[in-house]
Amino acid sequence: MKTGTELVKRGMAEMQKGGVIMDVVNAEQARIAEEAGAVAVMALERVPSDIRAAGGVARMADPRIVEEVLQAVSIPVMAKARIGHIVEARVLEAMGVDYIDESEVLTPADEEYHLNKKEYTVPFVCGCRDLGEAARRIGEGASMLRTKGEPGTGNIVEAVRHIRKVNAQVRKVVGMQEDELMTEAKLLGAPYELLLEIKRLGRLPVVNFAAGGVATPADAALMMQLGADGVFVGSGIFKSENPAKFARAIVEATTHFQDYKLIAELSKDLGTPMKGIEISSLAPQDRMQERGW
Amino acid sequence: MSKIGVLALQGAVREHMRSLEECGVEAVAVKRKEELTDLDGLILPGGESTAMRRLIDKYDFMDALKAFAAEGKPMFGTCAGLILLAKELVGYDVSHIGVMDIKVERNSFGRQVDSFEADLTIKDVAESFPAVFIRAPHIVEAGENVEILSKHNGRIVAAREGQYLGCSFHPELIDNHRLTAYFVEMVKEAEAKQFV
Repeated sequence: MKTGTELVKRGMAEMQKGGVIMDVVNAEQARIAEEAGAVAVMALERVPSDIRAAGGVARMADPRIVEEVLQAVSIPVMAKARIGHIVEARVLEAMGVDYIDESEVLTPADEEYHLNKKEYTVPFVCGCRDLGEAARRIGEGASMLRTKGEPGTGNIVEAVRHIRKVNAQVRKVVGMQEDELMTEAKLLGAPYELLLEIKRLGRLPVVNFAAGGVATPADAALMMQLGADGVFVGSGIFKSENPAKFARAIVEATTHFQDYKLIAELSKDLGTPMKGIEISSLAPQDRMQERGW
Repeated sequence: MSKIGVLALQGAVREHMRSLEECGVEAVAVKRKEELTDLDGLILPGGESTAMRRLIDKYDFMDALKAFAAEGKPMFGTCAGLILLAKELVGYDVSHIGVMDIKVERNSFGRQVDSFEADLTIKDVAESFPAVFIRAPHIVEAGENVEILSKHNGRIVAAREGQYLGCSFHPELIDNHRLTAYFVEMVKEAEAKQFV
């Protein structure tokens, strides 16, 4: 009997496919998310838009909040650790969190190195904007990916850019000849063996969700149509006027992402979504997607 | 050729489809209840059972799934799918499809850090089968007509009752398709019976 194997860690993410993972800050929100059909919740101290508003250093959530959420729901519970923060990650693992997000939403603890995620029993999800970043994270042991988008903005434009970029680069690798892959690996900054695997599989070897800016059911369906395996929704749900209704509608739109009549129906009378931020109005230091290397 | 559906509301759908195709049958992703009508068997995949249940209710799938079972058509539940098939669930008052005479406990091996791989002996299937358990449930009690196919550390992790097959683990995640092949045989037997 073996725990923490690659199959067990990646397999856990496979079970989340086609689903929505929702950011929550307490037990009550976690229950609303579970009731709405979320496949997992992300336990946080503040959702990304509040992290933006608060400024300062964003860290791992208070373990009390994580514990409260772990006890409140039967679906998997994820939590965020700062990039490169070995101890935050170990603490979350010790608490029994089901998945750790080594996340650019929090202030990085290490501006050079990410965690060696292979050493942990708990699986990790990491953000990416392109295939090089995706492959480096897998190389470090990430069992799941999510494109970064721009968290806490309610603006889908960066999420679209990143999922398109990653998938276009995957298609390119799949179509390349084997003798071209070493140079491509060098250009991407990606492990060569991983590109060989991508070419052989015809896809990434781990599940890739979309994140960072999903605010409406149509946004979620758009991500699925662009080839995401599922969707993370951060501020979009609990910063909307009617979270329970929004959560249900986003779950349904994710399942039936090509059923436009249905998406029209479930988008009716949803109330106001989160306000949102135009990306060009963000100062460079406020762009969370630039964090991670 | 037999046509077997995979309930495609959420979870490891692609893997089951691939496994079925490897076994030489046509695999269909089922997103709407109307798609159940011309199928010979159905796989309920791994995923999150609470999320699947919500979508089953939302799209009015439950009666269609129960009718599918009542027609005698084989159904195979893996992990979350096993939970959907069970007549009784530990700690819950109501079951889901509730057709297989077993009592199932959810997440009974612990959280994700306790998820594991183990080699199993599965009756009529394999002497050594590499099983992947992910936040897995197990069968706490089985009715008298239920045949126990495999146990792990004394816990029932695979069983069959007539047209129903259920397991705690994820045969779809590996390249060994013998358990899927066993289900495909169940489907073919059921089809043969209907034509008699």
